[in-house]
Amino acid sequence: MRAPSSSEAALGEVLLAVEDVSLSFGGVRALTGVSFDIRKGEVRAIIGPNGAGKTSMLNVVNGFYQPQSGRITFKGEVRTSMRPYAAAHGGIARTFQNLALFRGMTTLDNILAGRALKMHRGFFWQLLRHGPALKEEVEHRRRVEEIIDFLEIAAIRKIQVGRLPYGLQKRVELGRALAMEPDLLLLDEPMAGMNLEEKEDMSRFIIDVNQQYGTTIALIEHDMGVVMDLSDRVVVLDYGRKIADGTPDEVKRDKDVIRAYLGEPQ
Amino acid sequence: MHILYQIFVDPFVQMGTAPDLLAQTLWDGLVGGVLYALIALGFVLIFKASGVFNFAQGIMVVFAALTLVGFHEHGVPAFVALGLTVVVMFVLALGVERLMLRPLVNQSEIILFMATFGLTYFLIGFGQLVFGGSPKVMITQELYLPSGAIQFKGLGGFVSLQKIDIAAVIIASIMVAVLAVFFQRTRIGRALRAVADSHQAALSVGISLEQIWVIVWFAAGVVALTTGIMWGARSEVSFSLQIIALKALPVLILGGFTSIPGAIVGGLIIGIGEKLGEFYWGPLLGGGIENWLAYVIALGFLVFRPQGLFGEKIIERI
Repeated sequence: MRAPSSSEAALGEVLLAVEDVSLSFGGVRALTGVSFDIRKGEVRAIIGPNGAGKTSMLNVVNGFYQPQSGRITFKGEVRTSMRPYAAAHGGIARTFQNLALFRGMTTLDNILAGRALKMHRGFFWQLLRHGPALKEEVEHRRRVEEIIDFLEIAAIRKIQVGRLPYGLQKRVELGRALAMEPDLLLLDEPMAGMNLEEKEDMSRFIIDVNQQYGTTIALIEHDMGVVMDLSDRVVVLDYGRKIADGTPDEVKRDKDVIRAYLGEPQ
Repeated sequence: MHILYQIFVDPFVQMGTAPDLLAQTLWDGLVGGVLYALIALGFVLIFKASGVFNFAQGIMVVFAALTLVGFHEHGVPAFVALGLTVVVMFVLALGVERLMLRPLVNQSEIILFMATFGLTYFLIGFGQLVFGGSPKVMITQELYLPSGAIQFKGLGGFVSLQKIDIAAVIIASIMVAVLAVFFQRTRIGRALRAVADSHQAALSVGISLEQIWVIVWFAAGVVALTTGIMWGARSEVSFSLQIIALKALPVLILGGFTSIPGAIVGGLIIGIGEKLGEFYWGPLLGGGIENWLAYVIALGFLVFRPQGLFGEKIIERI
């Protein structure tokens, strides 16, 4: 499959749009009137200083948080808030800033768990490992093995993920999200705490996912080099408000963005 | 020297010279162990899926048994009553999820633990209101469970096995096998283990917490019903039965809180250890050690192997 160039992506149809979303916890305003869209096939970065509301934004998109006001349009369907189940069902997968893995389970089982929604056979068949359920299980295993090969984690497939080093855990988490065959993949700081080599590997995986499978990606990342290299368009949040939105080059030159990151010139 | 002889030599000499008594003791221990294992299994199911130590498991055993007997007393045929009791346990699971677990999502484990205390006292009160406080007799014959005993001649004497105990062992084995296969092989089993590890991650892959909770509480309810029938058939159905649920604690410490095979092996070790200890070493201490031996064994495990025999290894990254 051919990669859509960034200009094509900019013209692509809107996969997800949030409009005027506000979210507060008690007196703390996490998001104030944020609007942006994610178009099919693009890599969309969400950046901003610490506490800008980036993770809150992702949590709104996949239904962990219900905003007090605003609208979310996903695949043409308008709603006031998402629910985690509806998001997962609709094809939104995600990874977490602080890793949320099934630590007691093996790499293989973790990734298989990502296919929870894709298994349909009744469990009596599954109990017997027979007939259609066997066929289904084999098919799922095949898809999972593809992902394992793709992420180059074949060597750790039978290891409990709790024992793995951090960088590999991040990779397993990505694998689990990919197993859902998502239309929209949300990555919350996929490279946090990684060394240069691990970052390069992860960048390569993200680009490949985007290009080979055509998966739309929204990512939060602090490493500006990575953000500028990977993303088609960038939205910048600061104190829960959107302060800039555009291509990496436009955002880089934006005065508000520079001020948010570096402070007022003395 | 004499005391050492009494502890380390004499009991084994007795075992050797009277193998029939040894066999009888082992069998009694095995049966007790199977019932402990069943109660522990109920705990493990719920602990695995929600990290909650369900203090109410003991009263659920009593409640299930009382419901069964209660239906039958009102003229419902035994097997219909059994079916209705299963339905009641499902409704209970549904109620627990809606009214107790759902409002407490994301609360710490100690709060959920305290909630199960509340559930315990609710079930005690509700049970007494509906069924009265007096002990009842389990409808053993109506459920076609065997009674009487089989005697084996051999080993230099007699060994007698209660038929109901044999039935208990068989039924418990089938139940454990079905549950083990269910959790290892099915999508729901995998989802359950996933929920146990991380609620957040489970939600993100589209697993419904509500559904999983209802399933495990229902499974624990069915295990409780089985335990209640078996235990009730050996003595009687009364509220004091819930005390035996505390015996599940040492079993869980031994086997590990998250392991189904652990619950079984732990139950058997405690059951058999108790009986052997009482019979061969009890007289040295004036008898009655059966009541506390299990807790001493558990204490030893807490010191040397806190995750239990089969528990998941505790890995903390710092």
